[in-house]
Amino acid sequence: MSSSSSIPTDSTTSKTAVRVRDVTKTFGTGDGRTVALKGVDFETREGELHLVVGPSGCGKTTLLSVVAGTLDWDAGEIDVLGTRLNGMKKGAVTAFRGRHIGFIFQQFNLIPTLTCVENVSVPLLLNGVHRRQAESTAAELLQRVGLGDKGRKHPTELSGGQQQRVAIARALSHEPRLIICDEPTSALDRDTGHHIMDLLSTAARAPGRCVIIVTHDPRTYGYADRITEMEDGRVRQVLDGDALRHYVAQHA
Amino acid sequence: MFHLALKMLMGDRAKYIMLVGGLTFAALLMTQQNAVFQGLLSWTTSHLRNMRASIWVVEAHVDYANETKPLRDTDVNRVRSVKGVDFAVPMYQGILKAKDSDGADKQIMLIGLHGATLFGRPPQMLAGSLQQLRLPNTVVIDELGVQRLTAKSKRTIRIGDTFEINDREARIVGICRTERHFFGYPYVFSSYDQALQYAPRQRKMLSVILAEPKPGAAISDVALAIQRETGLKAYTSEEFAKVTVEYIWKNTGIPMSFMTTIILGFIVGVAVSGQTFFSFVLENLRHLGALKAMGASTWTLSRMLLLQAFTVGTIGYGMGVGLAALFGFAVLPVGQPPFLLEAGSMIKTAVAIVIMCCFSALLGIRKVARLEPAIVFRG
Ligand SMILES: Nc1ncnc2c1ncn2[C@@H]1O[C@H](COP(=O)(O)OP(=O)(O)OP(=O)(O)O)[C@@H](O)[C@H]1O
Ligand SMILES: [Mg+2]
Repeated sequence: MSSSSSIPTDSTTSKTAVRVRDVTKTFGTGDGRTVALKGVDFETREGELHLVVGPSGCGKTTLLSVVAGTLDWDAGEIDVLGTRLNGMKKGAVTAFRGRHIGFIFQQFNLIPTLTCVENVSVPLLLNGVHRRQAESTAAELLQRVGLGDKGRKHPTELSGGQQQRVAIARALSHEPRLIICDEPTSALDRDTGHHIMDLLSTAARAPGRCVIIVTHDPRTYGYADRITEMEDGRVRQVLDGDALRHYVAQHA
Repeated sequence: MFHLALKMLMGDRAKYIMLVGGLTFAALLMTQQNAVFQGLLSWTTSHLRNMRASIWVVEAHVDYANETKPLRDTDVNRVRSVKGVDFAVPMYQGILKAKDSDGADKQIMLIGLHGATLFGRPPQMLAGSLQQLRLPNTVVIDELGVQRLTAKSKRTIRIGDTFEINDREARIVGICRTERHFFGYPYVFSSYDQALQYAPRQRKMLSVILAEPKPGAAISDVALAIQRETGLKAYTSEEFAKVTVEYIWKNTGIPMSFMTTIILGFIVGVAVSGQTFFSFVLENLRHLGALKAMGASTWTLSRMLLLQAFTVGTIGYGMGVGLAALFGFAVLPVGQPPFLLEAGSMIKTAVAIVIMCCFSALLGIRKVARLEPAIVFRG
């Protein structure tokens, strides 16, 4: 499966998973000040694989961070999975993240001193799942990403693509409803990148779930149900349906 | 999650070994130095335990157990006449020059015991007979005496052999076991009258009066009575030990020099464990950030860091105190240096290690508390 554009995304029936309204974020003060988000509106629906694209420095990672609740913002409203993040206490946001959000990073961020099974079990353990149960779930997930035989290995013994698959297993382990990925394929070669995108688009189809991916990588555009293109701290355009197909063809 | 914290710690071999090593070294140094110091302190009062008298009557200006200022012979009778005193006997103590059979000079601690009672007798006879001290020119020596008085060129001296004290013959009639005297000289026991012949002639020869209270009389009351009625100083054995230790603390550089080493051990421990643990935290900052992003609270991460710090602390403490004990087992049979490892010293080391662990963990916790989970998205 190379493209998911054939799967219908009916914006009138599926529920909103993430809604961002007029959010601004400024880093620093005085001369060193950077306005990273200049009033961004952004929306993602359940069951959707949503790409955020745009030139370097346009604010993609910043948007992802505020949606994930890992970064404070200055103004605007953010609702994630029906929860308003505005005014929430830090501890509550942390607990919310731990329960509902899965993370995939460009640099994998696996802990090198732990085995793959242990790495994958981390979100489960943080959610209070018992160690033995967590590890058996982790082993199953590694199976699902095709690394059933690598559970006892350490991440450094694996290739980049294999490490990213471990990271995907980790992001899925506690069955989060929102999966957030920053450049998941940019450290990988072409074929491996496709493999990773296949796994992520399958994950996005689970009921009630959605996947948001920040990417520079045009090879991934074909997997998108929707693309938000940013430019200089603003949303330039949101594409779906025919416009999306046209955009993908243009960038192929 | 906590088993993973331990794996993260031990997975970083170099830092783990450095942490355990640093804490072991600190625990060893502090415990060993403290034990040697306590051992040395115990030597300062060994004289009291060797004589085992309830009351020590000494010249009014004697401040501690290893000081001798002579008394008048008549003082013995004055003490005897105090109410509550069961008996009181004279004792001579003095450092004299002896010669082994090669003619080499050796210093000895001569003790002259009251001839009729031999009160203050050595704690344990190993061979020979104490009663023979009543014969002229006889002595009982301790094991250290056997070592020291044996001439280089000859076989080990034994009962029946003779040596010289102040150019007078001394025939060995017994070997005894004593606790080593603070000054490190071997004990040589003789009768009081014999001791006066060995010792250089002086106007006053009596060193100490050993006294026992009547059955039922409180030792401290009797000591007070002696002091009041004779104007001499009368210490109970415990008091004398206490003032002796206090004297060492106040008037010698010994505690200071041991404290310096112990403090140095503490500082090295704090520096090595703090620095190593902090760099462990810094190196893992990305992973700690990722854990934070994945929903680990600062509280959870803090407990992980505390667990890691206290794990290396416990191992380092165990190894350090264990090595200090091994050191003790090695030196105790030799008798040098002094060594006394008490629960108190081990608790003090434990407290020091706990402080080191808390300090190290706090450095990390401060860092983790301020850590923005958003850093995990930065390249
Ligand atoms: N922690 C920060 N402190 C100061 N400035 C920051 C910080 N994070 C981001 N910025 C600035 O905010 C702007 C947006 O950054 P952001 O990382 O969101 O861009 P991006 O679209 O993800 O870029 P890239 O594609 O290169 O990853 C940039 O100008 C960046 O320099
Ligand atoms: Mg970015």
